Amino acid sequence: MSTPAIAAIAPSEGAFARTARRLMAHRLGRIGLLVSALVAFCAAFAPWVMPHDPAGIDYEAILAAPHAKYWLGTDELGRDILSRIIEGAQVSVQVVFLAIALAFVAGSLIGLASGYFGGVVDDVVMRVMDGLLAFPILVLALAIVAVLGPDLVNAMIAIAIVNVPGFARLVRGQVLSIRELEFVQAARALGASDLRIMLRHILPSVVGNVVVYASLRASTALITESSLSFLGLGAQPPTPTWGGMLATGMQYWDAWWMSVFPGLAIFLSALALNFLGDGLRDAMDSRLQD
Amino acid sequence: MHRYVLKRLVHLVPVLFVVSVVVFSITLLLPGDPTLAILGEQASQAERLALREKMGLDRPVLVQYATWLGQALAGDLGRSLRTQEAVSEMLAARMPVTLQLTLGAIVLAVVVGVPLGILAALRRNSWIDMLCSAVAMSGVALPYFWTGMLLIILFSLVLRWLPPSGYVPLLQDPVGNLKLMILPTLTVGAAMSALVMRQTRTAMLQVLSQDFIRTARAKGVSEARVVLRHALRNALIPVITVIGLQTGALVGGAVVTETVFGMPGLGRMVVEGIFERDFAAVQGAILVIVAGVLAVNLATDLCYAALDRRIKL
Repeated sequence: MSTPAIAAIAPSEGAFARTARRLMAHRLGRIGLLVSALVAFCAAFAPWVMPHDPAGIDYEAILAAPHAKYWLGTDELGRDILSRIIEGAQVSVQVVFLAIALAFVAGSLIGLASGYFGGVVDDVVMRVMDGLLAFPILVLALAIVAVLGPDLVNAMIAIAIVNVPGFARLVRGQVLSIRELEFVQAARALGASDLRIMLRHILPSVVGNVVVYASLRASTALITESSLSFLGLGAQPPTPTWGGMLATGMQYWDAWWMSVFPGLAIFLSALALNFLGDGLRDAMDSRLQD
Repeated sequence: MHRYVLKRLVHLVPVLFVVSVVVFSITLLLPGDPTLAILGEQASQAERLALREKMGLDRPVLVQYATWLGQALAGDLGRSLRTQEAVSEMLAARMPVTLQLTLGAIVLAVVVGVPLGILAALRRNSWIDMLCSAVAMSGVALPYFWTGMLLIILFSLVLRWLPPSGYVPLLQDPVGNLKLMILPTLTVGAAMSALVMRQTRTAMLQVLSQDFIRTARAKGVSEARVVLRHALRNALIPVITVIGLQTGALVGGAVVTETVFGMPGLGRMVVEGIFERDFAAVQGAILVIVAGVLAVNLATDLCYAALDRRIKL
C-alpha cells in the first residue's frame, strides 16, 4: 500500500522543486521574490527591525527632513517615517494575504461547484459573478465598506469579496475541461462521491494556476487596500497604513518626504508582487522549456 | 449588426439585474437598523420611524426592491438624506467632471501609448523598447493617488506651472478648466498609457510578422503605409479591447484622483456619501458609474466587431 502513496507524493515534490528553481532563474521573478520576502520579513519582525518607536513623538524633530537620526524624516508629530512604514507593512501584508487567501478559498469552491455541477447552478452562479465583475474593483470595495463601515477588517473583507469572481471564473473554466478527463470519469465509475471527486481529483489539478493568479491579484489587492486607507476607509488612526500616511502627507506639502516614501513603499511592493506573479506564471508553465 | 447588438443587449440583462440587486442591497444590508446607521445613535424613536416609513422599510423586501428599481428606471434615484437635493440632480452636476477626467485620460493614453507602442515594436530590443517596457511595467504598480501627489509636488510646488487642486466647469472658464484638468488627467492617464503602449507593442509585433505585411512590402508599399495603414488597423483591435476592459480601473482611479485634486466628481460623491452616511447618494453614484462602465464595455465590443471583419455580425 505504501508504494502508490510515495509515487503520488514524489512528482508533486519534483514539480515544486522545479518551479522554485525556474523562479530563481527568472530574473524579474527572482527580484520580485526577494523584495516581497524583504517586505514580509519587515512585517513579521517589525518590532526588531524598526529603528524607532513608530508612535514615539519627538517634539524636537517635528517635520524633520531625512537625516542621520531619522533616515526618512519625521511626520507632523515628530514620529519616524521609516518605522511607521515598517509598521504599515504589517497592516498591508496582513490585509493582502488574508484577503487573497479568503478570495482564493471562496472563489475556488464556488468555481469548483459551478463548473462541476454545470446546468442551472452554473448559470446562476456565473451570472452573479458577471454582475460583480461589472463593478470597478475600487467602487465595489467602496460599496461594501459603505455597508460594513470603515475599518481594517471590513476593508479586508471588501478586498476579499471583490476578488472572489476572478478566482471563481478561473477555476470554473478549468473544471469544465478537467471534469471530462479520463481520471475523473474513472473516479466516478469507481463510485467516488461528488465532493471527493471535486476536492481530491479536480482541485489539485487546478490549484497551480490559481496560485499564479493569486500572486498576480496580490498586487492589485495591495493597491486597493492603500486606496481605501488613503480615502480614510481602511485601518483607522493611530494604526499606520501606507495609504493613510500619504493622506496625512497631503496636508504638509512642504514636507515632501511624507508624500514620497510611503508611496514608494506601495509602488515597490506592488511592482515586486507583479514580478513575482509573472515569474511564477513562467516557472509553472509546462510549455516553457528550462 | 442589429442581431449582434441585440444579442449583446440580452446578455446585459442578467448582469444589470445583479448590479441593481447589489446596489439596492447597500441600504438593506446595513447592520442593525438602517435608520440608526443613517440618523446616528442620538436620533429619537419618532425620527427613526418617520425615516423608516419614508424609505419604505416597513414594506416587504421584494416590494422595496421593485419600487426602487421602477423609480431608478424612471430616473428618480431618491433624495440625498443629508441635503434633500434630488440625487439625479447631484449626479447631473458631478457627472461632467468624471466624464471629462476619464475621457481625457483615454485620449492621453491613446495619443501617448499608441505611438510609443509602435515605436517600441519597430525598434525592438533597442533602448527605446527597453525604456517603454520598464515604464509599462512600472505604470501598472503606480497607485493613482501617489502619482497625483508626485505631480502636484513637481508641477505645482517646485515648478509652479499649474494649480494643485480645484475645479471650474469647462463652459464657465475654458482656460482655467484646462489648467486644472492637466494634472488629474495625467494622473489617471499615465497608468493607462503604459497599458496601451504595452498592448500596442505586442499587437504590432504579432501583426508585423504576418504574411500580408510581407506581401504589402513585396508589392513596394511604403514602410509608413505598411505600418500605419496595414499593420496598425489590425493591431488596434486588441488595443481597443484593453481600453474597454480598463474603463473600470480608470473609473476606480478617478475616484481617488478626484479626492487628491479636490474635484467634485462622482467618485468624490461616493466617498463623501460614505462618510456622511448619505446612502441614497452612494447608491445613485455607484449605479451610474457601473452603468457607464457597462455601456463602455458594450461600445468596445461593437467597435471590436466593426473593426474585425472576421467577427460575424
